[in-house]
Amino acid sequence: MTYIIEGSTGPWEIVVGLEVHCQVVSKSKLFSGASTTFGNEANTNVSLVDAAMPGMLPVINAECVRQAVKTGLGLKAKINKESVFSRKNYFYADLPQGYQISQFDKPIVGAGTIILDMPDGSTKSVGIERLHLEQDAGKSMHDQDPKYSHIDLNRSGVALMEIVSDPDIRTPEEAGAYLTKLRAIVRYLGTCDGNMNEGSMRCDANVSVRRPGEPFGTRCEIKNVNSIRFVMQAIEIEAKRQVEVLEGGGEIVQQTRLFDQRLGETRAMRSKEMAHDYRYFPDPDLLPLVFDDAFVSEIEKELPELPDEKKARFMRENGLSAYDAGVLVAEKEKADYYEVVAKGRDGKLAANWVITNLFGALNKAEVGIAESPVSADNLGKLIDLISDDTISGRIAKDVFEIMIETGGDPEKIVEEKGLKQITDTGAIETAIDEVIAANPDKVEEIRAGKDRMLGWFVGQVMKSTGGKANPGMVNKMLRDKILG
Amino acid sequence: MTDLTNLTLAEARDGLAKGDYTSVELTEAHLKSMEAHRNLNAYITETPDKAIEMAKASDTKRAKGEAGKMEGLPIAVKDLFCTQGVQTTAASHILEGFKPEYESTVTSNLFGNGAVMLGKANLDEFAMGSSNTSSYYGNVINPWKGKDGKDLVPGGSSGGSAAAVAAHMALAATGTDTGGSIRQPASYCGIVGMKPTYGRCSRWGIVAFASSLDQAGPMTKTVRDAAIMLGSMAGHDAKDSTSAPMAVPDFEAALTGDIRGMKIGIPKEYRVDGMPEEISKLWDDGVAMLRDAGAEVVDVTLPHTKYALGTYYIVAPAEASSNLARYDGLRYGQRVMDEGDSLDDMYMKSRAAGFGKEVQRRIMIGTYVLSAGYYDAYYNKALKVRRRIYEDFATAFGTVDAILAPTAPSAAFAIGENEGDPVKMYLNDVFTVPASLAGLPGLSLPAGLSSDGLPLGLQLIGKPFDEETVLRVGGVLESAAGFTAKPFGQEG
Repeated sequence: MTYIIEGSTGPWEIVVGLEVHCQVVSKSKLFSGASTTFGNEANTNVSLVDAAMPGMLPVINAECVRQAVKTGLGLKAKINKESVFSRKNYFYADLPQGYQISQFDKPIVGAGTIILDMPDGSTKSVGIERLHLEQDAGKSMHDQDPKYSHIDLNRSGVALMEIVSDPDIRTPEEAGAYLTKLRAIVRYLGTCDGNMNEGSMRCDANVSVRRPGEPFGTRCEIKNVNSIRFVMQAIEIEAKRQVEVLEGGGEIVQQTRLFDQRLGETRAMRSKEMAHDYRYFPDPDLLPLVFDDAFVSEIEKELPELPDEKKARFMRENGLSAYDAGVLVAEKEKADYYEVVAKGRDGKLAANWVITNLFGALNKAEVGIAESPVSADNLGKLIDLISDDTISGRIAKDVFEIMIETGGDPEKIVEEKGLKQITDTGAIETAIDEVIAANPDKVEEIRAGKDRMLGWFVGQVMKSTGGKANPGMVNKMLRDKILG
Repeated sequence: MTDLTNLTLAEARDGLAKGDYTSVELTEAHLKSMEAHRNLNAYITETPDKAIEMAKASDTKRAKGEAGKMEGLPIAVKDLFCTQGVQTTAASHILEGFKPEYESTVTSNLFGNGAVMLGKANLDEFAMGSSNTSSYYGNVINPWKGKDGKDLVPGGSSGGSAAAVAAHMALAATGTDTGGSIRQPASYCGIVGMKPTYGRCSRWGIVAFASSLDQAGPMTKTVRDAAIMLGSMAGHDAKDSTSAPMAVPDFEAALTGDIRGMKIGIPKEYRVDGMPEEISKLWDDGVAMLRDAGAEVVDVTLPHTKYALGTYYIVAPAEASSNLARYDGLRYGQRVMDEGDSLDDMYMKSRAAGFGKEVQRRIMIGTYVLSAGYYDAYYNKALKVRRRIYEDFATAFGTVDAILAPTAPSAAFAIGENEGDPVKMYLNDVFTVPASLAGLPGLSLPAGLSSDGLPLGLQLIGKPFDEETVLRVGGVLESAAGFTAKPFGQEG
């Protein structure tokens, strides 16, 4: 898919690289024993280390290292068995140490890949440059007091994985697909909960524009965008701004910009010439982070089946299309749900019901798969009722609607409402005979060759049986009676 | 009863064990001495009430038969160690009034073994200095006096600790050594000071100066005392990632007095141009003493020695510039701000008012050497040279068991003498800095007097985690040197 901005002087292509900060799922912080629980009272999850009291020293949390390695493996990336923590020095009120412990030239994870699943079913590969571990800062609150800013250090020192992509992204949709896929991977792995609205996943987008085929242009970094939709919007708006600047004879200044979703614009935060010199150097309080192959292979053994593998299996074993498989694996809970429904049943039929009917209904109700009123077991039972001819596909849709409303068991609903399909030939024959007797002229039309009228008769019979007659049987018997 | 402050740590320990006196008596004697020598300004904070309380508790513990290795022994604690509930300043205005809610691992180990704290000893601000003239709480005066009677520096940065021990205001003291801050003041004050191997003592709870160099150690009257006290300070600490996961040997047991067959190296590069005659002679005397004791003395070469001081004055300020960023006036210590000031205004005012000149100088040097465009030329190059210096020692220790050198290029100088010439001041560390950069154990012991009647120290440097050899050779050298001189006014 190509995405071209048609400027007044010709076409422009956009180039995007994303830096995503993923908060690591761990009980305690990267270098201290303080809790990472979200939403606690301000300044209650703070150890002496997090508050940077004199003489306090960081000690690496092995769990965070395991989570970073696990994520690296999930990104099919190179795991660096020796990495180094460095200090990034700058002053800010929510940075008690006066430096952030991060990784600079020797990150724990090197180059990897993410496969994007595009809406048209195609895929695209985006390179991962690196993943490194670092401390989160605290939170500054400027709206608590007319004169002073307030600081909450609960988040100070919580482990983040910064995942940096190569500048391989060419459209806002790809950026969206990248974030969706990355979020799916970390959620599958259980290494980050991926909640952008809670800030546990945050995205910075590096955006530039160029004439197709030309070298990269100067980029601007859009900081801290907090939803996938906003990232896509921000990229689109920023790229248009850059095109306007360039076509107006201006130059792009490398700078950090903020996306204002309300005004639909990006604006400069601070220009890079004014930016800090972070004076990175290896943190002398910490030894290089070293582990062996056994450590990595232990983690490898714990790896769950990831979206790409699951998608391939759904296509291979259940005969699903790339698109359907992609939709199902986008969230682990959806894939798990589907697998319960599909087990021992027709995989394609199951996928159809899950994607078209269930996801459709959930989207309409604006609830996630976890809140689905219809359990996977019940949806499976519904499919069984169709397969063994207990109900017709049409009746099944009615039953499903009741299930969505009540969460009920389809067998009971069918029983209680008397929706069982009529497969008794005598009962169907009676209904057919009545319709034929009442419409002799139409019978003649069919016999004269107007085959399409047969459908009208099927409809009438279904109507008179309250939709419960087996449509296949009705069709065959009508044909026999009228044309036989 | 003889003056209890004249005892060594070992003698006091044995006397307490025999019941010759109580810890309370021992502690009171030292508190009296502290009062008498307050003019030396060795302590920033005296803690007499706490001392008596700890001594009483110690006597009770002893009565129950639960005496620890340092039971009842009153010591001074360098005011760089965080002490729970007791003001900890690092000799800086910026930390004035700061009372930690935690106890450093080293002091916790010492108190756990029964030691009694007399107070917090003065030092150079943030341990940056070789003269103890950069303390916000005033200069420390060396108990020794030259012939002209001028006040002399005690050396630094552990100047208060050294003066307190030399003036018998404590049986012993903790020090910290980053580039010579234990050994050089020990030499200037005529006492024993040991910087153990980097990683031997936990740095947790010690106000950081340069994290890759800082190391705590004992400052004592004798080598035996150093062995006893180090045994109590040292040990692996999971809270310090750079602390060595090694068992603590019985250092005192290493003092066998037998160094026959040992090889002692003499690094020719330490014989620097313009070395005072008396320092050369002291060194030669040391060589002769070791030879007489049956050691084989051989020449070794440490070719990168001449780069050590330059390397140190890049690495240490670089780390310090980052370590001291946390003193920002926000969470503790001094805050200076005026109505309407921005966050940056508050940082600048608080730090300008809170840090002294030398600290500011080193923060600026450190910031500069880490800056984009200068990093490779300075910091990165320094790390490479540091590696070479370590390799020099590793090669030398392939053939020798320990290295003998002077501790400092001179005896104590007059207060104010080297002010205004920081480079000359930095030269005081020329013999101590290499072992610091290599992380090696170093011991300074008094071995003679200058022409002016001031103590001069010799230094022994050992292999990593081989403090035992250093102490053993030190014990022999101590006996041979027979240093008995006392500071002016303390004789008899």
